[in-house]
Amino acid sequence: MLTLFLQLFYTFFKIGLFGFGGGYAMISMIQGEVVTKHAWLDSHEFTDIIAISQMTPGPIGINSATYVGYMSVLEHGGPVWMGVLGSAVATFAVVLPSFILMLTVSRLLMRYKTHPVVESVFMGLRPTVVGLIASAALVLMNADNFGSIDGDAFQFYASVVIFALAFVATYWFKVHPIMVIVAAGVVGFLIY
Amino acid sequence: MKLYFELLWIFAKIGLFTIGGGYAMVPLIEREFVDNKRWISKEDFIDLLAVAQSVPGILAINMAIFVGYRLKGIKGAVATAFGTAFPSFAIILAIALFFTNFKDNEAVIKVFKGIRPAVVALIAAPCLQMAKSARLTWRNAIIPVIATVLIWLMAVSPIYVIIAGGVGGYLYGAVFRKKKGGSQC
Repeated sequence: MLTLFLQLFYTFFKIGLFGFGGGYAMISMIQGEVVTKHAWLDSHEFTDIIAISQMTPGPIGINSATYVGYMSVLEHGGPVWMGVLGSAVATFAVVLPSFILMLTVSRLLMRYKTHPVVESVFMGLRPTVVGLIASAALVLMNADNFGSIDGDAFQFYASVVIFALAFVATYWFKVHPIMVIVAAGVVGFLIY
Repeated sequence: MKLYFELLWIFAKIGLFTIGGGYAMVPLIEREFVDNKRWISKEDFIDLLAVAQSVPGILAINMAIFVGYRLKGIKGAVATAFGTAFPSFAIILAIALFFTNFKDNEAVIKVFKGIRPAVVALIAAPCLQMAKSARLTWRNAIIPVIATVLIWLMAVSPIYVIIAGGVGGYLYGAVFRKKKGGSQC
Protein backbone atom coordinates (compact mmCIF):
# COMPACT_ATOMS: atom_id res chain seq x y z
CA MET A 1 0.00 0.00 0.00
CA LEU A 2 2.90 2.32 0.71
CA THR A 3 4.17 1.74 -2.83
CA LEU A 4 0.75 2.75 -4.16
CA PHE A 5 0.83 5.98 -2.15
CA LEU A 6 4.31 6.79 -3.43
CA GLN A 7 3.20 6.05 -6.99
CA LEU A 8 0.14 8.27 -6.57
CA PHE A 9 2.29 11.08 -5.25
CA TYR A 10 4.90 10.74 -7.98
CA THR A 11 2.35 10.43 -10.82
CA PHE A 12 0.27 13.43 -9.81
CA PHE A 13 3.31 15.53 -9.03
CA LYS A 14 4.43 14.84 -12.61
CA ILE A 15 0.99 15.72 -13.97
CA GLY A 16 1.06 18.99 -12.02
CA LEU A 17 4.59 19.74 -13.18
CA PHE A 18 4.13 19.15 -16.89
CA GLY A 19 0.45 19.96 -17.27
CA PHE A 20 0.57 23.08 -19.36
CA GLY A 21 -2.38 25.07 -20.57
CA GLY A 22 -4.70 23.95 -17.79
CA GLY A 23 -7.91 21.95 -17.90
CA TYR A 24 -8.52 19.99 -21.03
CA ALA A 25 -4.90 20.06 -22.17
CA MET A 26 -4.23 18.01 -19.04
CA ILE A 27 -6.78 15.32 -19.85
CA SER A 28 -4.62 13.39 -22.31
CA MET A 29 -1.73 13.42 -19.89
CA ILE A 30 -3.85 12.20 -16.99
CA GLN A 31 -5.28 9.52 -19.24
CA GLY A 32 -1.81 8.35 -20.30
CA GLU A 33 -0.66 8.00 -16.69
CA VAL A 34 -3.78 6.79 -14.95
CA VAL A 35 -5.39 4.54 -17.58
CA THR A 36 -2.61 3.38 -19.91
CA LYS A 37 0.40 3.21 -17.61
CA HIS A 38 -0.91 2.35 -14.15
CA ALA A 39 -4.38 0.99 -15.04
CA TRP A 40 -5.83 2.60 -11.88
CA LEU A 41 -8.98 3.30 -13.88
CA ASP A 42 -10.30 1.66 -17.04
CA SER A 43 -11.29 3.94 -19.91
CA HIS A 44 -14.97 3.75 -19.05
CA GLU A 45 -14.25 5.01 -15.53
CA PHE A 46 -12.03 7.68 -17.00
CA THR A 47 -14.83 8.95 -19.24
CA ASP A 48 -17.03 9.00 -16.15
CA ILE A 49 -14.60 11.16 -14.22
CA ILE A 50 -14.43 13.64 -17.12
CA ALA A 51 -18.22 13.79 -17.20
CA ILE A 52 -18.30 14.29 -13.43
CA SER A 53 -15.62 16.98 -13.68
CA GLN A 54 -17.70 18.86 -16.21
CA MET A 55 -20.70 18.67 -13.91
CA THR A 56 -18.99 19.67 -10.70
CA PRO A 57 -17.12 22.77 -9.76
CA GLY A 58 -13.37 22.85 -9.66
CA PRO A 59 -10.41 22.25 -11.92
CA ILE A 60 -10.30 18.89 -13.70
CA GLY A 61 -6.75 18.32 -12.41
CA ILE A 62 -7.98 18.43 -8.80
CA ASN A 63 -11.13 16.45 -9.57
CA SER A 64 -9.29 13.59 -11.24
CA ALA A 65 -6.57 13.51 -8.57
CA THR A 66 -9.20 13.24 -5.83
CA TYR A 67 -11.18 10.57 -7.67
CA VAL A 68 -8.21 8.48 -8.77
CA GLY A 69 -6.61 8.71 -5.30
CA TYR A 70 -9.72 7.23 -3.72
CA MET A 71 -10.52 4.62 -6.37
CA SER A 72 -7.00 3.22 -6.73
CA VAL A 73 -6.73 2.56 -2.98
CA LEU A 74 -10.10 0.82 -2.90
CA GLU A 75 -9.17 -1.31 -5.89
CA HIS A 76 -6.08 -2.47 -4.01
CA GLY A 77 -8.36 -3.60 -1.20
CA GLY A 78 -7.79 -0.62 1.11
CA PRO A 79 -10.46 0.60 3.57
CA VAL A 80 -12.46 3.79 2.99
CA TRP A 81 -10.37 5.96 5.34
CA MET A 82 -7.26 4.98 3.42
CA GLY A 83 -9.03 5.86 0.18
CA VAL A 84 -9.67 9.33 1.58
CA LEU A 85 -5.99 9.55 2.48
CA GLY A 86 -5.13 8.49 -1.08
CA SER A 87 -7.31 11.35 -2.40
CA ALA A 88 -5.53 13.80 -0.16
CA VAL A 89 -2.08 12.57 -1.23
CA ALA A 90 -2.90 12.75 -4.96
CA THR A 91 -4.51 16.18 -4.65
CA PHE A 92 -1.63 17.56 -2.60
CA ALA A 93 0.85 16.17 -5.15
CA VAL A 94 -0.89 17.76 -8.14
CA VAL A 95 -0.96 21.17 -6.45
CA LEU A 96 2.62 21.10 -5.12
CA PRO A 97 4.48 21.88 -8.39
CA SER A 98 2.21 24.90 -8.97
CA PHE A 99 3.05 26.06 -5.51
CA ILE A 100 6.82 25.81 -5.94
CA LEU A 101 6.88 27.28 -9.45
CA MET A 102 4.37 30.08 -8.91
CA LEU A 103 6.03 31.25 -5.70
CA THR A 104 9.41 31.36 -7.42
CA VAL A 105 8.07 33.20 -10.45
CA SER A 106 5.98 35.64 -8.37
CA ARG A 107 8.95 36.44 -6.19
CA LEU A 108 11.23 37.09 -9.17
CA LEU A 109 8.53 39.11 -10.86
CA MET A 110 8.00 41.38 -7.84
CA ARG A 111 11.75 42.00 -7.65
CA TYR A 112 12.37 42.66 -11.35
CA LYS A 113 9.07 44.18 -12.36
CA THR A 114 10.58 47.49 -13.36
CA HIS A 115 13.51 45.97 -15.24
CA PRO A 116 13.28 47.09 -18.90
CA VAL A 117 13.52 43.53 -20.27
CA VAL A 118 10.70 42.30 -17.99
CA GLU A 119 8.65 45.35 -18.92
CA SER A 120 8.97 44.72 -22.63
CA VAL A 121 8.20 41.00 -22.25
CA PHE A 122 4.97 41.92 -20.44
CA MET A 123 4.20 44.50 -23.12
CA GLY A 124 4.00 41.57 -25.53
CA LEU A 125 2.24 39.23 -23.08
CA ARG A 126 -0.68 41.50 -22.11
CA PRO A 127 -2.35 41.72 -25.52
CA THR A 128 -1.63 37.99 -26.04
CA VAL A 129 -3.51 37.12 -22.86
CA VAL A 130 -6.60 38.93 -24.14
CA GLY A 131 -6.47 36.66 -27.20
CA LEU A 132 -6.03 33.62 -24.96
CA ILE A 133 -9.16 34.37 -22.96
CA ALA A 134 -11.12 35.12 -26.14
CA SER A 135 -10.11 31.79 -27.64
CA ALA A 136 -11.01 29.99 -24.39
CA ALA A 137 -14.55 31.35 -24.79
CA LEU A 138 -14.66 30.49 -28.50
CA VAL A 139 -13.34 26.95 -27.99
CA LEU A 140 -16.07 26.36 -25.39
CA MET A 141 -18.81 27.37 -27.85
CA ASN A 142 -19.23 23.75 -28.94
CA ALA A 143 -21.92 21.09 -29.05
CA ASP A 144 -20.96 19.82 -25.58
CA ASN A 145 -21.93 23.13 -24.02
CA PHE A 146 -24.61 24.46 -26.40
CA GLY A 147 -26.11 21.35 -28.00
CA SER A 148 -26.51 21.35 -31.77
CA ILE A 149 -29.30 22.35 -34.16
CA ASP A 150 -29.32 18.87 -35.69
CA GLY A 151 -29.29 17.03 -32.37
CA ASP A 152 -31.53 18.97 -30.01
CA ALA A 153 -32.71 22.25 -31.56
CA PHE A 154 -34.50 23.32 -28.37
CA GLN A 155 -31.36 22.99 -26.28
CA PHE A 156 -29.36 24.87 -28.91
CA TYR A 157 -31.69 27.89 -29.08
CA ALA A 158 -32.21 27.91 -25.31
CA SER A 159 -28.42 27.86 -24.85
CA VAL A 160 -27.96 30.80 -27.23
CA VAL A 161 -30.58 32.79 -25.28
CA ILE A 162 -28.98 31.88 -21.92
CA PHE A 163 -25.58 32.88 -23.32
CA ALA A 164 -26.89 36.25 -24.54
CA LEU A 165 -28.71 37.01 -21.27
CA ALA A 166 -25.70 36.01 -19.16
CA PHE A 167 -23.45 38.19 -21.31
CA VAL A 168 -25.71 41.25 -20.99
CA ALA A 169 -26.22 40.68 -17.24
CA THR A 170 -22.52 40.50 -16.45
CA TYR A 171 -21.22 43.06 -18.96
CA TRP A 172 -23.76 45.86 -18.77
CA PHE A 173 -25.57 45.26 -15.51
CA LYS A 174 -22.52 44.03 -13.56
CA VAL A 175 -24.48 41.14 -12.03
CA HIS A 176 -22.16 39.00 -9.90
CA PRO A 177 -20.93 35.91 -11.83
CA ILE A 178 -22.09 33.60 -9.02
CA MET A 179 -25.64 34.97 -9.34
CA VAL A 180 -25.50 34.41 -13.11
CA ILE A 181 -24.45 30.76 -12.60
CA VAL A 182 -27.14 30.09 -10.00
CA ALA A 183 -29.83 31.73 -12.19
CA ALA A 184 -28.73 29.73 -15.26
CA GLY A 185 -28.86 26.52 -13.22
CA VAL A 186 -32.40 27.28 -12.06
CA VAL A 187 -33.46 28.11 -15.64
CA GLY A 188 -31.93 24.84 -16.87
CA PHE A 189 -33.79 22.87 -14.22
CA LEU A 190 -37.09 24.49 -15.13
CA ILE A 191 -36.96 24.40 -18.94
CA TYR A 192 -35.38 21.02 -19.69
CA MET B 1 -5.29 36.16 10.83
CA LYS B 2 -8.69 37.45 9.82
CA LEU B 3 -7.39 38.31 6.37
CA TYR B 4 -6.13 34.73 5.82
CA PHE B 5 -9.60 33.39 6.56
CA GLU B 6 -11.10 36.01 4.30
CA LEU B 7 -8.79 34.93 1.46
CA LEU B 8 -9.56 31.27 2.12
CA TRP B 9 -13.29 31.95 2.20
CA ILE B 10 -13.30 34.05 -0.99
CA PHE B 11 -11.34 31.42 -2.89
CA ALA B 12 -13.49 28.57 -1.54
CA LYS B 13 -16.48 30.50 -2.86
CA ILE B 14 -14.73 31.03 -6.19
CA GLY B 15 -13.65 27.36 -6.32
CA LEU B 16 -17.22 26.29 -5.66
CA PHE B 17 -18.48 28.19 -8.69
CA THR B 18 -15.61 27.48 -11.07
CA ILE B 19 -17.44 25.20 -13.46
CA GLY B 20 -15.82 24.24 -16.74
CA GLY B 21 -12.12 24.76 -16.12
CA GLY B 22 -9.79 27.46 -14.87
CA TYR B 23 -10.90 30.13 -17.32
CA ALA B 24 -14.27 30.24 -15.60
CA MET B 25 -12.41 31.54 -12.56
CA VAL B 26 -11.18 34.64 -14.36
CA PRO B 27 -14.41 36.68 -14.12
CA LEU B 28 -14.90 35.59 -10.48
CA ILE B 29 -11.43 36.67 -9.37
CA GLU B 30 -11.74 39.91 -11.31
CA ARG B 31 -15.07 40.75 -9.69
CA GLU B 32 -13.92 39.99 -6.14
CA PHE B 33 -10.37 41.34 -6.11
CA VAL B 34 -10.33 44.04 -8.79
CA ASP B 35 -13.88 45.48 -8.72
CA ASN B 36 -15.14 44.82 -5.18
CA LYS B 37 -12.12 44.78 -2.85
CA ARG B 38 -9.78 46.77 -5.11
CA TRP B 39 -6.82 44.80 -3.76
CA ILE B 40 -5.42 44.25 -7.26
CA SER B 41 -5.29 46.82 -10.05
CA LYS B 42 -6.62 46.02 -13.52
CA GLU B 43 -3.12 46.02 -14.98
CA ASP B 44 -1.76 43.71 -12.29
CA PHE B 45 -4.68 41.39 -13.00
CA ILE B 46 -3.63 41.07 -16.66
CA ASP B 47 -0.06 40.33 -15.52
CA LEU B 48 -1.44 37.72 -13.13
CA LEU B 49 -3.20 35.98 -16.02
CA ALA B 50 -0.06 36.09 -18.14
CA VAL B 51 2.09 34.54 -15.40
CA ALA B 52 -0.46 31.93 -14.28
CA GLN B 53 -0.76 30.68 -17.84
CA SER B 54 2.97 30.65 -18.52
CA VAL B 55 3.73 28.44 -15.52
CA PRO B 56 2.83 24.74 -15.70
CA GLY B 57 0.17 23.36 -13.42
CA ILE B 58 -3.52 23.84 -12.83
CA LEU B 59 -4.51 27.30 -14.04
CA ALA B 60 -7.05 27.91 -11.26
CA ILE B 61 -4.49 26.97 -8.58
CA ASN B 62 -1.79 29.10 -10.23
CA MET B 63 -4.05 32.16 -10.22
CA ALA B 64 -5.06 31.55 -6.60
CA ILE B 65 -1.42 31.19 -5.49
CA PHE B 66 -0.45 34.39 -7.28
CA VAL B 67 -3.22 36.41 -5.64
CA GLY B 68 -2.51 34.94 -2.19
CA TYR B 69 1.22 35.53 -2.46
CA ARG B 70 0.79 39.05 -3.76
CA LEU B 71 -1.49 40.02 -0.88
CA LYS B 72 -0.17 38.04 2.07
CA GLY B 73 3.03 36.16 1.17
CA ILE B 74 3.47 32.40 1.43
CA LYS B 75 0.79 31.94 4.10
CA GLY B 76 -1.61 33.86 1.89
CA ALA B 77 -0.77 31.53 -1.01
CA VAL B 78 -1.43 28.48 1.19
CA ALA B 79 -4.82 29.94 2.18
CA THR B 80 -5.91 30.70 -1.39
CA ALA B 81 -4.65 27.38 -2.84
CA PHE B 82 -6.38 25.42 -0.09
CA GLY B 83 -9.54 27.46 -0.53
CA THR B 84 -9.61 26.75 -4.28
CA ALA B 85 -8.89 23.03 -4.02
CA PHE B 86 -11.10 22.17 -1.05
CA PRO B 87 -14.61 22.49 -2.55
CA SER B 88 -13.81 20.25 -5.52
CA PHE B 89 -11.93 17.81 -3.30
CA ALA B 90 -14.90 17.54 -0.93
CA ILE B 91 -17.48 17.28 -3.71
CA ILE B 92 -15.59 14.62 -5.71
CA LEU B 93 -14.92 12.63 -2.54
CA ALA B 94 -18.62 12.79 -1.64
CA ILE B 95 -19.50 11.57 -5.15
CA ALA B 96 -16.95 8.74 -4.99
CA LEU B 97 -18.21 7.72 -1.55
CA PHE B 98 -21.97 8.09 -1.84
CA PHE B 99 -23.26 9.17 -5.25
CA THR B 100 -21.56 7.01 -7.84
CA ASN B 101 -24.53 7.51 -10.19
CA PHE B 102 -24.39 11.30 -9.79
CA LYS B 103 -23.70 11.93 -13.48
CA ASP B 104 -26.88 10.10 -14.50
CA ASN B 105 -29.08 12.13 -12.15
CA GLU B 106 -31.75 13.88 -14.21
CA ALA B 107 -31.94 17.07 -12.14
CA VAL B 108 -28.15 17.46 -12.22
CA ILE B 109 -28.10 17.07 -16.02
CA LYS B 110 -30.83 19.73 -16.41
CA VAL B 111 -29.12 22.23 -14.13
CA PHE B 112 -25.80 21.89 -15.94
CA LYS B 113 -27.39 22.17 -19.38
CA GLY B 114 -28.44 25.64 -18.23
CA ILE B 115 -25.15 26.56 -16.57
CA ARG B 116 -22.71 25.68 -19.37
CA PRO B 117 -23.67 28.36 -21.93
CA ALA B 118 -23.79 30.95 -19.12
CA VAL B 119 -20.22 30.08 -18.11
CA VAL B 120 -19.07 30.66 -21.70
CA ALA B 121 -20.69 34.11 -21.57
CA LEU B 122 -18.95 34.83 -18.25
CA ILE B 123 -15.59 34.08 -19.86
CA ALA B 124 -16.36 36.07 -23.02
CA ALA B 125 -17.65 39.24 -21.34
CA PRO B 126 -14.48 40.35 -19.49
CA CYS B 127 -12.49 40.13 -22.74
CA LEU B 128 -13.75 43.53 -23.86
CA GLN B 129 -13.00 45.06 -20.49
CA MET B 130 -9.59 43.43 -20.49
CA ALA B 131 -8.78 44.86 -23.91
CA LYS B 132 -8.91 48.27 -22.23
CA SER B 133 -6.75 47.26 -19.24
CA ALA B 134 -4.15 45.68 -21.54
CA ARG B 135 -3.86 49.10 -23.24
CA LEU B 136 -4.79 47.80 -26.66
CA THR B 137 -4.38 50.37 -29.41
CA TRP B 138 -4.93 50.16 -33.16
CA ARG B 139 -1.29 49.20 -33.50
CA ASN B 140 -1.17 46.21 -31.17
CA ALA B 141 -4.79 45.03 -31.47
CA ILE B 142 -3.59 42.61 -34.11
CA ILE B 143 -1.79 40.58 -31.38
CA PRO B 144 -4.91 39.24 -29.60
CA VAL B 145 -6.54 38.61 -32.98
CA ILE B 146 -3.59 36.50 -34.15
CA ALA B 147 -3.45 34.72 -30.77
CA THR B 148 -7.16 33.90 -30.98
CA VAL B 149 -6.95 32.57 -34.55
CA LEU B 150 -3.90 30.42 -33.70
CA ILE B 151 -5.52 28.82 -30.64
CA TRP B 152 -9.13 28.67 -31.74
CA LEU B 153 -8.92 27.81 -35.43
CA MET B 154 -5.47 26.26 -35.73
CA ALA B 155 -5.39 24.43 -32.38
CA VAL B 156 -1.94 25.74 -31.47
CA SER B 157 -1.15 25.12 -27.79
CA PRO B 158 -1.59 28.32 -25.74
CA ILE B 159 1.88 27.86 -24.26
CA TYR B 160 3.56 28.48 -27.64
CA VAL B 161 1.39 31.53 -28.20
CA ILE B 162 2.42 32.90 -24.79
CA ILE B 163 6.10 32.27 -25.50
CA ALA B 164 5.76 34.00 -28.88
CA GLY B 165 4.01 36.98 -27.21
CA GLY B 166 6.77 37.33 -24.60
CA VAL B 167 9.61 36.97 -27.11
CA GLY B 168 7.86 39.42 -29.45
CA GLY B 169 7.58 41.96 -26.63
CA TYR B 170 11.23 41.46 -25.72
CA LEU B 171 12.41 41.96 -29.31
CA TYR B 172 10.19 45.00 -29.78
CA GLY B 173 11.56 46.49 -26.55
CA ALA B 174 15.17 45.73 -27.53
CA VAL B 175 14.81 47.41 -30.94
CA PHE B 176 12.88 50.34 -29.46
CA ARG B 177 15.49 50.97 -26.75
CA LYS B 178 18.32 50.82 -29.25
CA LYS B 179 16.57 53.43 -31.41
CA LYS B 180 15.98 55.67 -28.43
CA GLY B 181 19.60 55.22 -27.29
CA GLY B 182 20.81 55.98 -30.82
CA SER B 183 18.96 59.25 -31.04
CA GLN B 184 20.60 60.45 -27.84
CA CYS B 185 24.09 60.06 -29.25
